[in-house]
Amino acid sequence: MDLLNAVVVLSNYVLIPALAYGSQLALGALGVTLIYGILRFSNFAHGDTMAFGAMVTILVTWLFQGWGISLGPLPTALLAIPFGIAATAALLLTTDRLVYRFYRQQKAAPVILVIVSMGVMFVMNGLVRFIIGPNDQRFSDGERFIISAREFKKLTGLSEGLAFKTTQGITIVTAVIVVVALFWFLNRTRTGKSMRAFSDNEDLALLSGINPDRVVMVTWLIVAGLAATAGALYGLDKSFKPFIYLQLLLPIFAAAVVGGLGNPLGAIAGGFVIAFSEVLITYPLKKVLGYLLPDRFEPDTLVQLLSTDYKFAVSFTILIIVLLFRPTGLFKGKSV
Amino acid sequence: MTINYKNIGLFFLVACLILGTGFVQSWNTALFILNMGLVSAIMALGVNLQWGFAGLFNVGIMGFVALGGLAAVLISMPPTTEAWAAGGLRVILGIVLGAATVTTAILVQLRMAAGPARTLTTIAILIGGFFLYRAVFDGGVAAVEAVDAAGTGYLGGLNFGGASYKDWGFMTLISWPVGGLLAAGVAWLIGKTALGLRSDYLAIATLGISEIIIAVMKNEDWLSRGVKNVIGLPRPVPYEIELQESAGFIEHTTALGLDPVTSSSIVVKLGYAGLFSIVLVIVLILAQLALASPWGRMMRAIRDNEEAAEAMGKNVTARHLQIFILGSAICGVAGAMMTTLDSQLTPSSYQPLRFTFLVWVMVIVGGSGNNFGSVLGGFLIFFLWVQVEPMGAILMQILTSGMAEDNVLRLHLLDSVAHMRLLTMGLILILVLRFAPKGLIPEK
Repeated sequence: MDLLNAVVVLSNYVLIPALAYGSQLALGALGVTLIYGILRFSNFAHGDTMAFGAMVTILVTWLFQGWGISLGPLPTALLAIPFGIAATAALLLTTDRLVYRFYRQQKAAPVILVIVSMGVMFVMNGLVRFIIGPNDQRFSDGERFIISAREFKKLTGLSEGLAFKTTQGITIVTAVIVVVALFWFLNRTRTGKSMRAFSDNEDLALLSGINPDRVVMVTWLIVAGLAATAGALYGLDKSFKPFIYLQLLLPIFAAAVVGGLGNPLGAIAGGFVIAFSEVLITYPLKKVLGYLLPDRFEPDTLVQLLSTDYKFAVSFTILIIVLLFRPTGLFKGKSV
Repeated sequence: MTINYKNIGLFFLVACLILGTGFVQSWNTALFILNMGLVSAIMALGVNLQWGFAGLFNVGIMGFVALGGLAAVLISMPPTTEAWAAGGLRVILGIVLGAATVTTAILVQLRMAAGPARTLTTIAILIGGFFLYRAVFDGGVAAVEAVDAAGTGYLGGLNFGGASYKDWGFMTLISWPVGGLLAAGVAWLIGKTALGLRSDYLAIATLGISEIIIAVMKNEDWLSRGVKNVIGLPRPVPYEIELQESAGFIEHTTALGLDPVTSSSIVVKLGYAGLFSIVLVIVLILAQLALASPWGRMMRAIRDNEEAAEAMGKNVTARHLQIFILGSAICGVAGAMMTTLDSQLTPSSYQPLRFTFLVWVMVIVGGSGNNFGSVLGGFLIFFLWVQVEPMGAILMQILTSGMAEDNVLRLHLLDSVAHMRLLTMGLILILVLRFAPKGLIPEK
C-alpha cells in the first residue's frame, strides 16, 4: 500500500506534469531542429513564433466561444488550433520571403542568419504584444479534469490522490499524433524523403533534382504547424503570457541541443530529458521517501535538491554538461 | 588621417537628437538618455571587442552586466555584522566546499586514466560533495537570511563607513573596476568550458549561462537580497536634497534665474555624465589602441580565417579566451556603473531583450568592427529605445484622428503604443542587416 501511495504521489507531482511539459518542449524542439537541419541556423525567433500561433488560437477561441461553439468536455481551443497554424504559416512564409530568402541566396554565414533571427524575434514579440497585450490570458474551457484527486481516492481507496488534467491529457495525445504524423511524413512521403536528403547533403540533393525552394517552403509549413500547436498547448496547460514564450525558448534550445541539433528523434528525447530533470530535481521528495523508507529513516527536511526557482538553471546545466562531453548531443546531431 | 565628415555628421546628429529632447521634452530626460547612452556605449564596446574584433558570438551579455551590478552592491553597501556573526563563516565554508568538490572532480578527470573507475570516482565525488556542501551551506544561509529579513537578510558589502556609509560614495567608484574583475573571473570560468563550441552552440550556451547567473542573483538572498532588492546604494555624486539645502547652491541658481529643485537634479545627472564620460573615453582609447596594434591585427586575422591563423602558429583558443574575458569585463564595468546610476540592484529587471539583444542591435547598427560605430550605436539606439514610445503615441494620434473618441480600435492602438518599441528595434536591426550590413560607421 505504501509503495502504491509513493508511486501515486510521484505520478501526480512528477511523472504526469513532466510528461505534459516534455511533450510541449519536444514539439518546440522539433521545430528548432528542423530549421537547423534544413535551413541551417538556430532560430532565435522560435519562441515568439509559438507565441504568435498561440495568440491567433486564443483570438479564434474567443470568437468561437462568443458564437457559442464548443467541444463539450474538450476545450474549444482544439477547434481553433488549425486557424492558429494557418496564420503562423502565413507569417513564417512572409518572413522567409521578406527576410531570410535574401541571405540564403547570398549564402551568408549561419551566424548572420542567427542575428537576423534576433531581429525577427524582436518584431514578432512586439507584434504579439501589440495585438493581444502583455497580460495573462485565459482561454481554456470544458472539463478541467480527466480524473480529479478526490475521485481517484474514492475509486482506489488509497490515501494519496492522482489528478490528471484534461489539458495534460490533450497535450500528451496531441504530441503523440503530431510526432507520428511527422515521422510518417519524413520517412514515407516523397517530399519528406527529399527534405531528409536535403538535410543530410545539400549539394547531392540539388544534383539529384530536388527543388530547394519547395523543401524550404514545406519546412516552414511544418515548423508553423509544430510551433502553433506547441504554443497553444503550452498556453492551454499553463497560461498564456507573451514573455513566457521567450523564456521557453531556452529550455527548447536545451532540448534540441541535448538531443543533437538537426536530429528529430533527438529533439523528442531531449525534450523529455530536460522536462523530467527540471521537475524531478526541483521536486521535494519528502513525501515519496516518507512512504518508501521505514519510519526511523523518514527525512525531516523537504529533500529538495534545488529550489523550484532554479528550474531553468537545471536545463542549462544539463545542456552545458552535454555540450562538454558530447558536443553533438545524445543522438548524433549535425555540425555546420 | 583624413577627416571623415560623414562620421562627424552622424555623431553631430545624435547630439542634436539628445539636445532636441532637452529643448522639447525636459533636460532631465535628455540627461537620462545621455547617461544611459554612455553606459550603453561602453557595453557596445565590450561586445564589439568580442564580435567585431574576434567574431565571438556571445549572447550572455546580460549575465556580465548583472555581475557588475552585484559588485556595486558587494563593495558599496555596509556589511551586516549580525548576519556575518550568525552564519557568514558557514556560508563561506559551504562555498569553499562546493568549489573544492568541483576542483577535485576536475583533478580526478585530468589525473586518472580514462575508464569506468574514473567515471565512478568522479560521480561519487560530485554526489558526495553536493550533499556535504548543502549540509554546511543551507544552515548558514538560513541563519543569514533570518537576520532582520525585512531590512537586510543578506551579508552586505565591504563599505566600512559604519552608520555614515552613505558618505563613503567613493566606494561605488571602486566597485566599477571590481565589477569588471568579477565579470572577468566568471568569463574565464565560462570561456574555459564553453569556448571550444561552434558559434551556434556558443550562443546558446552563453544565453543559458547568463540566465543561470540571473537565477542565482534572484534566489540567493544571502548574497544580494534576491528579489527583495538592495536599495539606496551610496552615490559618488552629491544628493539633490543636499544641494537644495546648501545656501551657496541656491544663491548660484537663483542668480541664474533657475529653479533650485530642477537644477539640483540636473547637476547630479551632469555629475554622473562627467564620471561616465571619463570611463567611456578611457575604454574607447584602449579599444582604439588595441584595434591598431599587432594584437588587433592578429584578432581580425583569426576572425576572418581561423584555420589560416592557426596554421600560422596563432593559438586561437587562447586568444579567444583572452578577448572573451576582456569584452565581458567591459560589460561588467558598465553594469556596475548602471547600478550606481539607479542606486539600486533589482535582479528581476534583467531581461535578455533589454540587456543582451538590444546591445547587439547597438553593435550591428553602429557598425561591427568599428569602435566609434559601437559608441554611436549605443547612443542612437538608446535614444530610440526611450523615444519610440512618445513618437509612436504622436503617430497613433495622427493615424486615429479621424476615428471617434470611443472607437475600440483607436483605444487599442493608443494603448499598445508601449509595445512599438520592440517592433521598431527589430525592424531597424533587420533593415540595417539587409541594406547596410556593415552598419552606420563601417569597419575600415
